[in-house]
Amino acid sequence: MLSLLIFLPAAVAAVLLLARVPDRVALWAWLVTGLVTVGLSVGMWAAYLHGHGPGQFGFAEQVPWMPGIGSSYHVGVDGLSLPLLALTAVIFTATAVYSLRERQQPRSYAALFLALQTTSLGVFSALDLIVFFVFFDLSIVGMYFVIAGWGHGPARRRSALLFFLYTFTGSLALLLGFIGLYVASDPHTFDIAELAAHPPLTGSGAAGPLVLAAIALGLAIKTPTVPFHSWLPPAHTDAPAAGSAVLAGILLKMGTFGFVRIAMPLLPEQWRTYAWVFVGVGVASVLYGALVALAQDNFKRLIAFTSVNHMGYILLGLGAAGLAGDAHARSVAVTGALVQMVSHGLITAALFLLAGVLLDRGGSYDLTRYGALAGPAPRFAALTTVAAFASLGLPGFSGFIAEFQILAGSLGPATPAAAVAALGIVLTAGLFLWAIHRLFLGTPRTGQVAFADLSARELWAIGPLLALSVLIGVFPQSLLGVVTPAADHLIALVGR
Amino acid sequence: MTSPATFTQAHISYAAVVPMLVIFGAALVGVLVEAFLPRAQRYLVQLGVTLIGLVASFLTLVLIARNNRGVTAASAVVIDAPALMLQGTVLVLSFFAVLLMAERFDTKYPDAFTQSGASVPGSPTETNAVRLGATTTEVFPLTLFSVGGMMLFVASGDLLIMFIALEVLSLPLYILTGLARRRRLLSQEASLKYFLLGAFSSAFFLFGSALVYGATKTIQFGALADAVASTNGRDDILIPGVFLIAVGLLFKVGAVPFQSWTPDVYQGAPTPVTGFMATTVKVAAFGAMLRLFYVALDGLQWNWQPVLAVIAVLTMIVGSVFAVTQTDIKRLLAYSSISHAGFLLIGVVALNKTGLSGTMFYLVAYGFTTIAAFGIVALVRSSGSEATHLSQWAGLGRTSPVLAATFSFLMLGFAGIPLTSGFTAKFALFSSAVGHGATWLVVVAVLMSAVTAFVYVRIIVLMYFSEPTGDTQVVMPSPLTGIAVTAGALMTLVLGVAPAPLLNLAQHSALFMR
Repeated sequence: MLSLLIFLPAAVAAVLLLARVPDRVALWAWLVTGLVTVGLSVGMWAAYLHGHGPGQFGFAEQVPWMPGIGSSYHVGVDGLSLPLLALTAVIFTATAVYSLRERQQPRSYAALFLALQTTSLGVFSALDLIVFFVFFDLSIVGMYFVIAGWGHGPARRRSALLFFLYTFTGSLALLLGFIGLYVASDPHTFDIAELAAHPPLTGSGAAGPLVLAAIALGLAIKTPTVPFHSWLPPAHTDAPAAGSAVLAGILLKMGTFGFVRIAMPLLPEQWRTYAWVFVGVGVASVLYGALVALAQDNFKRLIAFTSVNHMGYILLGLGAAGLAGDAHARSVAVTGALVQMVSHGLITAALFLLAGVLLDRGGSYDLTRYGALAGPAPRFAALTTVAAFASLGLPGFSGFIAEFQILAGSLGPATPAAAVAALGIVLTAGLFLWAIHRLFLGTPRTGQVAFADLSARELWAIGPLLALSVLIGVFPQSLLGVVTPAADHLIALVGR
Repeated sequence: MTSPATFTQAHISYAAVVPMLVIFGAALVGVLVEAFLPRAQRYLVQLGVTLIGLVASFLTLVLIARNNRGVTAASAVVIDAPALMLQGTVLVLSFFAVLLMAERFDTKYPDAFTQSGASVPGSPTETNAVRLGATTTEVFPLTLFSVGGMMLFVASGDLLIMFIALEVLSLPLYILTGLARRRRLLSQEASLKYFLLGAFSSAFFLFGSALVYGATKTIQFGALADAVASTNGRDDILIPGVFLIAVGLLFKVGAVPFQSWTPDVYQGAPTPVTGFMATTVKVAAFGAMLRLFYVALDGLQWNWQPVLAVIAVLTMIVGSVFAVTQTDIKRLLAYSSISHAGFLLIGVVALNKTGLSGTMFYLVAYGFTTIAAFGIVALVRSSGSEATHLSQWAGLGRTSPVLAATFSFLMLGFAGIPLTSGFTAKFALFSSAVGHGATWLVVVAVLMSAVTAFVYVRIIVLMYFSEPTGDTQVVMPSPLTGIAVTAGALMTLVLGVAPAPLLNLAQHSALFMR
């Protein structure tokens, strides 16, 4: 059933490419496929809660692939991956709704996004390092074509190439680290479950930190954290709105998911030793992302830099998990980090789709060219404001649940870091309020075109994302029920 | 020594060498065809003889030679598992290369080759030959001789046979290089360069062999390994000898600093010949290099490993970085082949079983992708001749979607994107190097992979996201090219998705016999 979920979008994509179906049919096929994956992932979530303890993999499938080098097609789900699988299905469905009116080569566009969805679902389900890497790398290729082919702006090819080369280099570093794990394991294997059961580099001296460095570098580029984030703003600025939503909502999570799935359980000793590095990088990302976002006039770049800020919290929480301290507090930090992955995916995808609306109506992302939009476009103003409040971590939204737990959990193990990172919340609050102020209040700018409000299609794409964020904010148990046991188990693995 | 000079006739296990005999036999038949058959019939007969010869040789390899492995002909020829695997690879790749060479499009003659190789370009003799309908069907027997040389090269058991095989495989290539139909002067210049530099490198090889013989009193690899292991105090000539031999082999694979011929020759040679050279010669030369270093010289590893490692690094860097600046697709593929030679050298340096199997897998994977790539290069035309300038490839994604999609896929294969053979191959090779502790080599290789990825992706960008320039057109290939390109692209995919069978074969074949 898991393989069905993973490969269903790719199969539909292949059909769309081979059979010359009409464009409208292709776009609707994309949407229906998205809804089916939502159904499948929610069904798996429910089934997993009823039959599996923490640390057990549900729906596991293992087929020999390259037996000579100890790699098999091994997939499965647990509390770490289930929320992300569901998130993937939801966000891709939202982009499908948003793109129903796509005019530029809609058939290829739908096929590309469906293929991208398969790579994303594959990364989050992979229980073999090579399978993980294959999907990880293919996602880069897919996103490259989205930006280069459907992006806007004169520099889109350059941005796409920068994105490709930067993240491709990162993925090669990751591969190097995987090979390091493989060589150190005995018997040689790429199986994540086996490697987690017997961490290969325990007490190995210099090799362990080097392998962790290679893996962390690869994941940090993908996440991205300071100082490896420079590919992100141009990629986002030039990507189409749906591409940005997927890039920020899903692809960035591949980096953070790699930390919880691979770096932490497979290299626990090294993670504990170097946890302060990740805490430091996390805090730096939080502050740097917020400060640079504050200086942006381009709405999309602003959201892109808040992504760096939000990813910084995740790293702070995960780093704190490796420091000495109360196990419960560290588990809370990890839980917060996991919730933040989902929360950031929902909110930022919504924000990027809203930025797409802004470009569609006004032809620019430049905040200084708009004003008083609340009058002509009340629904747009309302949704943007809600998304902004959710993103800055207001109680009642998922962002609050995430960031509060991260800060509360890391306050004990890493007191100064948590204190400094809390400043980031103030900064993001300021920058979002200022952006809202510039967009929706004041007087209309000279030469401002008539601004049509959100259409039903846009409302149906963006609304559910924010509704889910509110749902998690009001009933956190819906998500924590599966995340908290997984976080406890991860803390136990790191503590070995 | 006073032992009487008695002569014992060497025993030859014909069952083990029959694939080579079939190839040389077919080549000789081809010479006879060339001498006695009328022009009009030669093309079809030659093509038939060549393809049948290659297939028959492959069948004998699988059915007979595989079951009769051993050291034969007074230890001069070694038919062991790596030799069989490499010979099989050479045969299969040659089969598809011959299909490309035979491409006629809608004329009566092989399209890539001049109708009168011996005449001065643009001379009355040439015009006359064209008017009379001359053909250059001798390319087929020449190819077969070269293939025979390669098969002997990878199976040679001593330095002398290795040298002879080197010459047998090289001489026909020098001629083939000079036979391009279009831009003949460039082709002849390439041929002359290749010949002169090749002759130099052969001389180095021979001189090195002499020095090694002087130091160890043997040229046979097994005996050499024993002699090298027991210190004999003649390192002063042994080590220079080893490096001079290495020069000869490194020249053939196009490793830095012996790479300068590669771009010129790749550009000047008829495109199918370039495809043939780029794949089979690499297989043969790396096969020979592996045998020499793994079997004969593993006792000297502390001497040659660091040197080869440095050469590997230089080769990767020069190949990748120079590929970035190329504007001609054939020169670009030439530099890319240099960088791939650098990656392959990592497997040689590794000196372990996974290094050997990884290198052999890489050779197969790279060979199929390259054959298909050169097959496609030959199809892109501008006013009759090949449009090799990169700017002429702009917008092909719109004008010829199938060709552009196939070529893009091959480029992704070269770049080593997962689900292509390039990924599996690089991965197998890098694992072997990390396994024996040469992680720094792999770090360089990873960085250079990123650089080459830029090169390949740029071509894809050019084809899909640039405006077509106008006079570039794609000629419709006959089934010959169609089969070769399809097979190459298909293998690139299959070896990426389901590499297990070939990986297993390579792993089981990774044991040299002495």
